[in-house]
Order: sequence, then C-alpha cells, then structure tokens
Amino acid sequence: MKTGARILVEGLQREGVETIFGYPGGVVLPIYDELYDSSLRHILVRHEQAAAHAADGFARASGRVGVCLATSGPGACNLVTGIATAYMDSVPIVAITGQVPTSLLGNDAFQESDITGITLPITKHNYLVKRTEDLGHVLREAFYIAGTGRKGPVLIDIPKDVSTKPIEYEFPEAEPVTLRGYQPTIRGHAKQIDKAIELIFEAERPLIYAGGGVISSDASAELLALVETLGIPITTTLMGLGAVPCDHPLNLGMLGMHGTRSANYAVTESDLLIAIGARFDDRVTGKLDTFASQAKIIHIDIDPAEIGKNKKVDIPIVGDTKSVLQDMLVKIQKKKAYDMWLSRIRGWKEKHPPSYRRDGVLRPQFVVEQLSELLKGEGIIVSEVGQNQMWTAQYFCFRKPRTWITSGGLGTMGYGFPAAMGAHFACPDQVVFDIAGDGSFQMNIQELSTVATNNIPVKVAILNNRFLGMVRQWQELFHDRRYSFTELPPVDFVKVANAYGVDGIKVESVDDVVPALKAAIGTDGPFVLDFRVEREENVFPMVPAGAAINEMIGGNYE
Amino acid sequence: MKAHTLSVLVENKAGVLSRVSGLFSRRGFNIESLAVGICEEPDMSRITIVCIGDDAQIEQVMKQLNKLIDVVKVSDITENERVERELALIKVSADPGSGRAEVMQLATIFRAQIIDVGAKTVTLSVAGDTEKIEALEKLLRQYGVKELVRTGKIAMLRGAKTVKSAK
Repeated sequence: MKTGARILVEGLQREGVETIFGYPGGVVLPIYDELYDSSLRHILVRHEQAAAHAADGFARASGRVGVCLATSGPGACNLVTGIATAYMDSVPIVAITGQVPTSLLGNDAFQESDITGITLPITKHNYLVKRTEDLGHVLREAFYIAGTGRKGPVLIDIPKDVSTKPIEYEFPEAEPVTLRGYQPTIRGHAKQIDKAIELIFEAERPLIYAGGGVISSDASAELLALVETLGIPITTTLMGLGAVPCDHPLNLGMLGMHGTRSANYAVTESDLLIAIGARFDDRVTGKLDTFASQAKIIHIDIDPAEIGKNKKVDIPIVGDTKSVLQDMLVKIQKKKAYDMWLSRIRGWKEKHPPSYRRDGVLRPQFVVEQLSELLKGEGIIVSEVGQNQMWTAQYFCFRKPRTWITSGGLGTMGYGFPAAMGAHFACPDQVVFDIAGDGSFQMNIQELSTVATNNIPVKVAILNNRFLGMVRQWQELFHDRRYSFTELPPVDFVKVANAYGVDGIKVESVDDVVPALKAAIGTDGPFVLDFRVEREENVFPMVPAGAAINEMIGGNYE
Repeated sequence: MKAHTLSVLVENKAGVLSRVSGLFSRRGFNIESLAVGICEEPDMSRITIVCIGDDAQIEQVMKQLNKLIDVVKVSDITENERVERELALIKVSADPGSGRAEVMQLATIFRAQIIDVGAKTVTLSVAGDTEKIEALEKLLRQYGVKELVRTGKIAMLRGAKTVKSAK
C-alpha cells in the first residue's frame, strides 16, 4: 500500500527530479513526512514566492522542469507571483500545493483558497486532484504539459486526504502521455519553409529577430548556423540574449525600448524581418504600425496564437524553432551578398556603441562591464528588474544560451536572488551572479538565510542607488523630476548580510570594483557586494513609451 | 465586426467551463451567448459560443481556445450551412378578456407552446432561430413580458459533416 504522499514523491523521482524548493505547512504535513527520509533534496526557502522563482531559475538554467511545493491558502497564494512570472516567460515548472481535505472543499475552511481558480489565467494547465488513484498519472501529465510545446507552469493542488489515503498502486511502465486536446506542432510545414527561403533570397535588407523561444528549444546552434550560412544580421530580444555570442560581427544586440540604436534602425529599414521564437511584445515594437513597416515578415513560433497576434505576418511557420531551423538549413544551398545593407549596419554600430560617462564616478554600467570582463562569458547571470536588468542586458557580453536569466514578460522585482539559487542547483559548477538593485533585492532579501544555511554560493551585486531607479528615471523624464515615492533610505547591505551569516563588501570607488568582484568570485559561499553607484544614472538609449523604435533618446557620450 | 458561431468540443472535466469563459473575459472578447451540454462522445461536452469580433479577433479567440488543454476541437461554423436553435420561455401578462386570446393566437402562429396558464399570466415555450424568438418577444412586449429565459444558441452543420475530435 502507498499513500498519496508516497506516490507523489516517488513520481517526482521517476520524472528525474532531484531538487525541489518548498515551505511546509498544515495540509502538506503528510508530504513533508514522506520527504523526511527521501533522497529527494528539499531546499527550505524563507517565503514561498522564492520557491517558485527558484524552481523557475532552475528550469531556465537547466532546460528541465523545476518543482516547488507549498501548503494551502497563504502558501499557495505566495506562489502566485512566481507562477505568473514563469507563465509570461514560458518556463516549465510544476507547482505542487496542499489543499484542505476534500470534505471541506468550498467551506472557507482554515487556510483554504481556490488556488486552481486563482491560477487559471497564469498556468498552462492546472489540476485539483480529488482521488489518490489519479495522482500518479496527473503528475506525469503535468510534467509532460509543462515541458513540451510552448513550455509553461502547471499547478497540482492536492487535498490532505488525497495525500494520506493508502491505496494499492504500481506506476505504469513509462509510456508516452497522450492527450486529445494537446498535440503541439513540432515540425514546420515544408511548403511554408520553402516560401520563407524564397522570400529570404528576394530580400535586400533582411534581419533576424530572435527571442526566448530559441533559448527554450535549445536552438542556438541552429540559429547561429542560419546567421552564418545566410550572412544575415541578427538582433535579439531581452529573452534571446546569449542565443548567439554578443560579439559576433553580425549580432546587433538587443532591440526595443532599451535596445541598441543599430538594432532599432535596422528593424526600421529592413525589408524582411525573420522573427524566430519571439512574440512582438510592446517593449520590443514600440509604436506597432511603425515597427518594421517596410518589411515583409516571416514568423516562426511553436505557439500558433502568437502568430498574427500583434503584427500581420506574411509567412507564418508553426513549429518548434529548433526543428524548423534544422529543416531550413537543409534546404538552403546558396548565399547572397548583402554588402550595402551590412555596411550601412556597420556604420550604425560604429557610430553608436553602447556608451556612458567614463569620468571616474562609480557608475553601474562600469560594474557590469567589469564583471563581464572578469567572467569572459562564463558563469550564469541573473538579474532583478528595472535599471539593473537593462544595464546588464546592455553591458554584459552573453556568449552562450541559458547563461542569462531574467524576468522579461512579467518584470518581477525580487525574482533574481531566488532564481539565482535555483540556477545554482541546475549548474553547481558555474559561478552565479544576481545583479540587483537595492529596491529589488529587498523584495526577497530574506533568502539570505536560505543561501547561508545551505551554503548556496550565489553572489549578489547590488547596484545601490537608493532609488527605485527605473521609475525614478521615468519621473525625471516624463514627470518633471517629481520623485514620488521612489527614494529609498540607505541600507547597509553588508551588515544585513552579516546578520544572516553571509560575507559582503561595500564598494564606493571605481578602483575598488574589480578587487571586490574578484573577492566575491573567489569565495566558496554566498557573497554580497554593495556598490554605492551614481544615484541618478539613466538607462540610455531609450524609446519613450508609444514612440517608434527609431525615435531613441540619449546615450551618446564620447 | 460580426457575430460568429463557434462549436467547441471539450473534455468533460471539472472547471472546463470556467477555463473557457474565463479566457473570454480576460482577453477582452465578447460573448453573446454560450450553451453547453453533454454530446454523443463519452467524456466530452459540446459548447456553442456566439461571439462578436472582426476576423483577427475571432482568429485569436479560436487559437487561444485551442491552447486550453481540455479543449479538443474548435470550429467556426459561421460560414457553413447549418441549423440553429434556441429555446425561450416567456411569461406574459394575459388577463382573461384582455389580450389572452391574442397571446394564444400569436403562440399558434409562431409554433410556440403554452406550457403554463395562471390567473393573470400565460407562459410560452418557443424554439427556433434567434430572429424568430426576438420577433415573438417584440410582439409579446405590448401585453407585458413578466419574465424571459433563453438558453443561448446551439448549432449543427447540415448534411453529413460534423464537428468532431482529432484536433
């Protein structure tokens, strides 16, 4: 006989899960009892939101499904932000929540919340398991749904009596999951691919625009091969950074609101835009009708609903980006010279390199740049959200996929630190940095306790400007510098870290940046770096909200 | 912008209706009517949805519906030859001697059934397409419609064609 809790833990192990992130509570007591002498590693976080973000960071760094566990009611509700974050960025996680016993469902019982109802719009799918007999196959389905097609979070809600009830149960032999209502298209339509290739060779000013879909389908090698075979320039979204090396001569860097001028000008002048695993988000397109308005559009995406959602497309190709790119590469036999176009792009790149004031003042861009130099493309960089995120995107040179982890779609402050913990468990041999702001870091600062207790060697580099910097920047530019509730009081983060048992250094001058970064990298355990940076530095260039993306302001310092 | 009739085949699972209807509200799509019930396939239900939108919006509605794991098949049958029915129950003020006879005459003309007669009211049951029901309701309004219940439209393709699984 096996209880539901035993079936759950065994099932997780059968799915290849080694580490889960969670927080115990009343109705998950039977599950925690099962974990007590299980070989499954459980990391106790200090807030359930961190468990969801850690599972997400694990998934992004490893490409596997991340798992988090929380109790009913408040525990489950605390997962919500993390689940929504994973949903917006198509990250495969399975969130397991306890629920009040089935006999009490709907009675406003203690710590009851309708978590399947609450997470309906932010999960790819969810389950309320009412019979212990269903638990095993629900778990299999959940992992299958989370990790295939357009990936995403799946939640499983387990009432207490379902996890305590003992039943006769043997796991069925691993046969593929079949669901009548879920059959993602993997192979792209051959004729559509032919048409796309035709269009590519008709174009004079083609541009590849690649997004997070390339990372999540592990299609970076194919993408790079396409770029080099065709000799076509590429720009990536925030989520696509690392898909091709930042210093590749055909890479224009990120496009969009804080993208490079060369990328945004190239989109505007291109006559063919090849969108690969990207979704024409408003932070990318700016004013939609002026976005790539001279271009025909090829759109390759696993999710048919993304095609034509924001922008009319000439050649839609539904399929997994890796598979579609492989099929394309086989069919491409020739190469065309785009000399005029490439030299025009080179001109922009040379004229508008990323730049900030190099005047001896400790500026946040300098910190990121130095870290990038030191790591030389190694390590995993996680960010919080806001200015810290954009400076990292602009000044860190990403060379490999899955080395850049950030909350793009939802823009969740507080994401970075716990996600960095998750990334460490995915890649224990890699140095993991969370590049943070003082605002974001304080949203999940309690996880200092988790990294201290478990000696999780995450390094936090706080770009401390005592502002909610990105909001302050908008207030400076668009609200007459009326800094309404964006100034934060000074915090001595080294003391805070020390209180939790974590080492740290405060850095106040340019000369101390590199030694401090080296000290952090050289430490075996977690480390906090408190960089007291220029307070009113802005992220430039910038496309004001609602403007066309070639109407950029700022960012030219010679 | 025009009304589209969607026939949606779904797994008969708890919460499937809230998944479908929730999708409409959160993505800002307008539902005119929604009718749901079990169908010829075991473990499945068929939902008929009438919604209003331009072609791009309807395409997005269908694609988003298709993404729901419990949705097996979505068909827009607006442009197809089809039969449609809706059922309405209408309670009309009809004092004996002041209009009752006329109400009953209207019922006959519209092939509606009188399913309840009270001291001051009669209740009609009428089935048909939306236009017919609306026409009858309009005519009955002068006598005083005390209560009206409509099922929402159900629809089916004409001839041998069906809306079946194999998504």
